[in-house]
Amino acid sequence: MSRIDINKTYKLFIGGAFPRSESGRVYEVKGSDKKFLANPALASRKDLRDAVVAAKSAQAGWAGATAFNRGQILYRIAEIMQGRSEQFVEEISALEGVTSKVAKLQIEEAIDTWVWYSGWCDKLSSIAGSQNQVSGPFYNFTTPESLGVVAIFAESKPSLLGAVRTLAPVLAGGNSTVLIASEAYPLPAITLGEVLATSDIPAGVVNILTGKTSELYPWVGSHMEIDGVDVAGLSKKQEEELRLVGADNLKRIARFSAINHPERILSFMEQKTIWHPIGI
Amino acid sequence: MIIDGSETSLRKFLSDLPPVDQVGAEARAGMLATRSIKTTSKAWAIDMAISMVDLTTLEGADTPGKVKSLCAKAVRPDPNDLTVPSVGAICVYNDMVKIARTELDAIGGESIPVAAVATAFPSGRASLAVKKLDTQDAIDAGANEIDMVIDRGAFLSGQLYQVFEEIQVIKQICGDKAHLKVILDTGELVTYDNVRKASYLAMLAGADFIKTSTGKVAPAATAPVVLVMLEAVRDYFTLTGKKIGVKPAGGIRTTKDAIKQLVLVKETAGDQWLTPDLFRIGASALLNDLLMQRMKLRTGHYASANYVTVD
Repeated sequence: MSRIDINKTYKLFIGGAFPRSESGRVYEVKGSDKKFLANPALASRKDLRDAVVAAKSAQAGWAGATAFNRGQILYRIAEIMQGRSEQFVEEISALEGVTSKVAKLQIEEAIDTWVWYSGWCDKLSSIAGSQNQVSGPFYNFTTPESLGVVAIFAESKPSLLGAVRTLAPVLAGGNSTVLIASEAYPLPAITLGEVLATSDIPAGVVNILTGKTSELYPWVGSHMEIDGVDVAGLSKKQEEELRLVGADNLKRIARFSAINHPERILSFMEQKTIWHPIGI
Repeated sequence: MIIDGSETSLRKFLSDLPPVDQVGAEARAGMLATRSIKTTSKAWAIDMAISMVDLTTLEGADTPGKVKSLCAKAVRPDPNDLTVPSVGAICVYNDMVKIARTELDAIGGESIPVAAVATAFPSGRASLAVKKLDTQDAIDAGANEIDMVIDRGAFLSGQLYQVFEEIQVIKQICGDKAHLKVILDTGELVTYDNVRKASYLAMLAGADFIKTSTGKVAPAATAPVVLVMLEAVRDYFTLTGKKIGVKPAGGIRTTKDAIKQLVLVKETAGDQWLTPDLFRIGASALLNDLLMQRMKLRTGHYASANYVTVD
């Protein structure tokens, strides 16, 4: 008799824990061969609410950590991901229908993305900040500061890399996040949550939801506690609606091209200007 | 009268009280906490909870400025929404009573009572003379309610009559000028049996309210403790026809927590206790969460803490 498989229950990642959806719902995810793969949780608006509460309370601590420390932690995520490669390969090839070689390339690029953004953490304020010339006995500095809670709609494909290249810059800037995984390709994002849970990133800084994008985006748009949204995984029409409801609290809403760029970090940061008298 | 005021009769009454079924109390409180309150009932519960809040600041760092801004918040919790009711009371240390009373009177909060924590709050470790003076001082400053702490050390070492007499003395000073709330500090009483005993002791000695905690000791107002106290006031009402209020304080931070408390009240003491005259919630952070939930119901989208005042 063959051994019965022990399959993983794919759950949400909220506040450092892996709960099921409060609604009790799940949905079916199929592989590229139309065969059943998993029943991940189908997050409700209340899961979103809980995730935002967790993100909000974790944000000050993450933004308050030194930029160098944030960089170290992002690098640590890369290290842990490396060790989990095999599991990612399995999930990506089953979902996207690519060979394990192609899947491996995607994972390597995702790991490199973490390393690339980890390097930016402690250099950003030198590049984007400035000492401004003023006519008076003052120093005048401008430095970038984190925005707050940023929601991310991850791209569908490439499933893992799509999540990482939206997530890493937002974290590098000191924001906390709620990442809404791609509806059709959610499994690598949840496994990414397991990587994050063991990589020194404080609980609540990253929260990952799986479910129906169409159900969640209006609530993300109108949530007054969410300060920014990366709409990579939304359609143009959905983005437009989100911009309408998001105007209420002046949400920063952005869509980027696929390349890694420090502008992705700065888009979710504020510029703070400080006046300081020149001492005698 | 159910006791004649002597030590013997008090001891007999308290020792005859039936013990609390610990598992049963916890199960019942747990079961009531699962009840889901939605839409119009939730809106009603939020407004009721706001009107029951004893808006509290009991910090060493309190300043007149902070107390004044708290008063403004008590009268008009959400300046953008005039339909939000005022809170039940302001709760401060003795030296802030006069400032709070003057400020409330000046900004249209004449009907909001000021509660003072007296009798060497929070530990209660002072001589009776000092406690009496402390109480008199608060009343002279204009306190409408006195939140006194019992001597837990005396209670736990069995000197029940001493605790009883102390409450009586303070009650006498309060007279008809101030309501007396007696803080049992259930976290230090340890067992539910002690909570029941202390509740009856306080009611027999003349408390108008029994209050769970100082807010300085954890655990504070846990659901089973509040259940035991609500049962005590209900049974005391059956025995004597007198309605005593209950005030949970400490650890109630979210709207969900507050609504759970209201469910406990309704299912234990009954609808007649669902009024700020007989049920108060001692809190500071809770009010903001109630306001945010109220905004959510009104606007249809989730609110942000950036839109409510910090203190």
